[in-house]
Amino acid sequence: MTISAERPVDVEASVPPANVEASKGRAGDWLSQHIGTAIICGFLGYILGHWLGNYIGNTYGNIANSGQNSIAVTLALLFMVIGWLLGIGALNYPLAKMIGRQPKGEVEYTGWSRYFRYNLDHKVVGIQYVVAVLGFFFTGGLLAMAIRTELLNPTVHVFAADTYIKIVSEHGTIMMMMASSVVVGPLGNYFVPLMIGSRRMAFPRIEAFSLWTFVAGYFVIFSALFFGGFPTGWTGYAPLQTQAGPGMISYLFGFAVISVGMMTAGFNLAVTIINYRAPGMTWSRVPVFVWSMIATAALLTLASPVLFAAGTFGILDRTAQTAFYVAEHGGSSYLWENLFWFFGHPEVYIMALPGFGIVGEIIPVFCRKPLFAYRIAAAGMIGVSLLSFFVWQHHIFQSGIDPDMRPLFMLTTELISIPTGFIFLVGMGTLYKARIRYEVPMLFCMAVYFNFLLGGVSGVFLSDVPVNVTVHGGFFVLSHFHYTIMGGLIFAFFGGLYFWLPKMTGRTTNKKLGLWHFWTMFVFFNLTFFPMFVIGLLGQPRRVFTYAKNLQGLNDFSSVSAFCLGASFLIFVANLMWSQFIAPEKSPSNPWDSLGLEWQTATPIPAYNFERIPVIMTDPYHYSEVGAPVLADFGNAPPVHAASAATDSTDPDQ
Amino acid sequence: MTPESSMGSEENHFRRIVIIWVVLSIAGDLLFWFLVGPHIPPGRMTSSAKDDQLDFNILMVIGLPVVIGVFEWLAYAGIKWNARNKDTPESVGGPRAAGNKRAEVSWIVITSVVVIFLAGFGTVELYVGSGSGGGEGPNPILQPAGAVQAETAALAGTGTWSPNSNEVLPVQVIGQQWKFTYRYPTFGGFESSDLILPVNTVIAFNVTSLDVIHSFWAYQLEVKADANPQINNVAFTRTEQLGSFEVRCGELCGIWHGAMFNPGHVVSQSAFMTWATSTESKNAANTKILPPFAWTYVPDANGADGGYYPDNVVPYSPVEVYGSKQPS
Repeated sequence: MTISAERPVDVEASVPPANVEASKGRAGDWLSQHIGTAIICGFLGYILGHWLGNYIGNTYGNIANSGQNSIAVTLALLFMVIGWLLGIGALNYPLAKMIGRQPKGEVEYTGWSRYFRYNLDHKVVGIQYVVAVLGFFFTGGLLAMAIRTELLNPTVHVFAADTYIKIVSEHGTIMMMMASSVVVGPLGNYFVPLMIGSRRMAFPRIEAFSLWTFVAGYFVIFSALFFGGFPTGWTGYAPLQTQAGPGMISYLFGFAVISVGMMTAGFNLAVTIINYRAPGMTWSRVPVFVWSMIATAALLTLASPVLFAAGTFGILDRTAQTAFYVAEHGGSSYLWENLFWFFGHPEVYIMALPGFGIVGEIIPVFCRKPLFAYRIAAAGMIGVSLLSFFVWQHHIFQSGIDPDMRPLFMLTTELISIPTGFIFLVGMGTLYKARIRYEVPMLFCMAVYFNFLLGGVSGVFLSDVPVNVTVHGGFFVLSHFHYTIMGGLIFAFFGGLYFWLPKMTGRTTNKKLGLWHFWTMFVFFNLTFFPMFVIGLLGQPRRVFTYAKNLQGLNDFSSVSAFCLGASFLIFVANLMWSQFIAPEKSPSNPWDSLGLEWQTATPIPAYNFERIPVIMTDPYHYSEVGAPVLADFGNAPPVHAASAATDSTDPDQ
Repeated sequence: MTPESSMGSEENHFRRIVIIWVVLSIAGDLLFWFLVGPHIPPGRMTSSAKDDQLDFNILMVIGLPVVIGVFEWLAYAGIKWNARNKDTPESVGGPRAAGNKRAEVSWIVITSVVVIFLAGFGTVELYVGSGSGGGEGPNPILQPAGAVQAETAALAGTGTWSPNSNEVLPVQVIGQQWKFTYRYPTFGGFESSDLILPVNTVIAFNVTSLDVIHSFWAYQLEVKADANPQINNVAFTRTEQLGSFEVRCGELCGIWHGAMFNPGHVVSQSAFMTWATSTESKNAANTKILPPFAWTYVPDANGADGGYYPDNVVPYSPVEVYGSKQPS
């Protein structure tokens, strides 16, 4: 492998482009485009759409008779999202280009107001995503607390039956839609360019667009609560979907909006990783987190369009009187099931893969050892990504699908556990005979292995068709996916946040509060969800407000643990507020002594990331190696050597 | 794995871990198989319950060593390879730490073999159990002997069942918001809210829905088949023990999904015969006005005027003529 001795001339030096003016915080900035104008334009769009829908639909018999106008709700939400995007300024450039005009130069804002605007710096977008994702997560979490409150007693009911089912549906939908971007959005967008030695993402406008679309999608899904909610759970099965009230449109249209956000984010990531790698960064030197991002990007880009189509058919069924999903009029409820799960299965790998990537990235740093079997890690992620398109019918084994398909999907589902298992090989190999520093990020990574193991093994039980008869549709499968998604992905997300926040904000997080957060979250997470395996085996279905009396003890244990789990996040919020805003302490630029390229930048990271695009010489995992190759040639700056086993040095230069 | 150095304590790690793992796994598996296994839900009331309990136990016996192995490794890392531990030697990097061909190949081979074995074993169980109690759709491929004749006869209205005849008993399960009802085609097609079944009989459950998707989950019978509108989802099992069981709806079907459950009973064949024939005669007048027995029921497009009953009333829309004729 030869490395070109020629250095590409850096055209994109630190000088900002010609037609951008720096803003000096004038009073007129309030009249520029920011989240305030987005809200106002969204609101105006909502009113316009609703009026238009009423104008169109009021004469239709079924609308006049039922008093529910799905057409008005659809158009209201559609125009709201368009207004929102127009208001934030996400459509300025493409609209100007469309009418053949020179687009107005983007004003470069400095200071805190950047974070409330449509901003093209991937680092700003990353932080905006962090806030958005945490907002989503805590909303969904509050709804979960409500669910566990209801399940404290099988006969005393806190909520009315229809309120309860709305809460369940909203919790699931918000969490699933949040989780699909929880790592790709905040950490993927922030760190992929830094890890591959690039100044920017391939399509900065599309990146910012994906963020603002994602936030709009949250509002659309949340709006369901104002339209009477939807009763189908996050899986949205037809024809209950067709029977439901107008809140269903929030779900269907929200999915369409989120899928657009997912497609754009994924596409952007994939192109960036393929095309914007620094010279010398061959595929065998790409950090494992970036491998997970490209594997996820493939799924985001290819699976989301199916969701978009499925949601569109559902909206058409409810507004234009089509019958895609309505059996009585010639459609099929199986069409929704298959379309949804064809998206739905890659969706859950969109959630699992980033978790693997974070864990693979963090563990070598705290073990001071190279990542074991790097190529197998990469192969595992690509393998999971590829195979995830071939397993979807394992969600509907008992639905009455073609019985020839059942052994086939059982086989493919069992096979996908092979590449999924690779991440355990890689992790266990890296831990072997290491001298492990148990900092907060490392603890979260160990917890990911613990949790995902239980989640993954229970998945093998579910994939077996005979045992599936016992465990499908009840609390066993519920526990399985909470272990994999929350236990795997969310724990990895928090680990990644504790790991990378000092680089993102330049401020350390408080270690004591971090440890308290970790231990309470880990212990109560397991106390909440492990009993649910038993509850499921004992026959309690999902999404019910009542259950057999003898299961109350287990349900109560689970509920009380869930309340404690919810409380553990208060510790996190306290840590965030304290260490980032109230009493911040400056962090050194490489507090964990990591060899990753993203850590070889100054803190705070300058807008242009690297003064000169580095030439990469090797992969970033040469920890504790005598005579290890230099990571990269930064030109003026002294080259970075492999870190030794000694952990007290924060100076990258040895 | 080859030892990293010649120091005696260093090479013991892997061997020590493996020995502890073997001991714990054998102990765990034996404890599970003999103490917990026979009690694994849903019990042993039917052939599919027995099959699926066995399948679960096999999966557990294979899964427990995997879980024990990883947990043990993590615990060992927390105790022995911890930087807080003063005796822990420094990490050693380099190419030998970055990969080990033997470990990698063994891992891939072992996981592949286990996983493919499980897929094969599951398929065999599925065949042996004639679908293992799961819904196979309207054209099941795994049917117990005599099922095809029984089902065909039931639909034609000529089906019969009597004690000690070893005939398959077709039972139709009708799900609607928010209740299950049961029709017995071999007894004139009467509809009952009670699910009574004879023991030592192969039951063919024909599950359908009148409105949205439900799921017929007879817990102790180990039968789960989704009820889809206009689809007949067939599941088989053989009752082998007397007793009561619980039916719960397993697919979210609206507001009262949680309240959609009812008890069922497996009784002796003669007791069942008595119940069925007496209910058939008691309900004869009702059965006459029910929609004719069919595997699925297409609602009258006029909806509000009564749904599934063939009506002689002029439809309020000339377009909506379909629906009142049942499919054959």
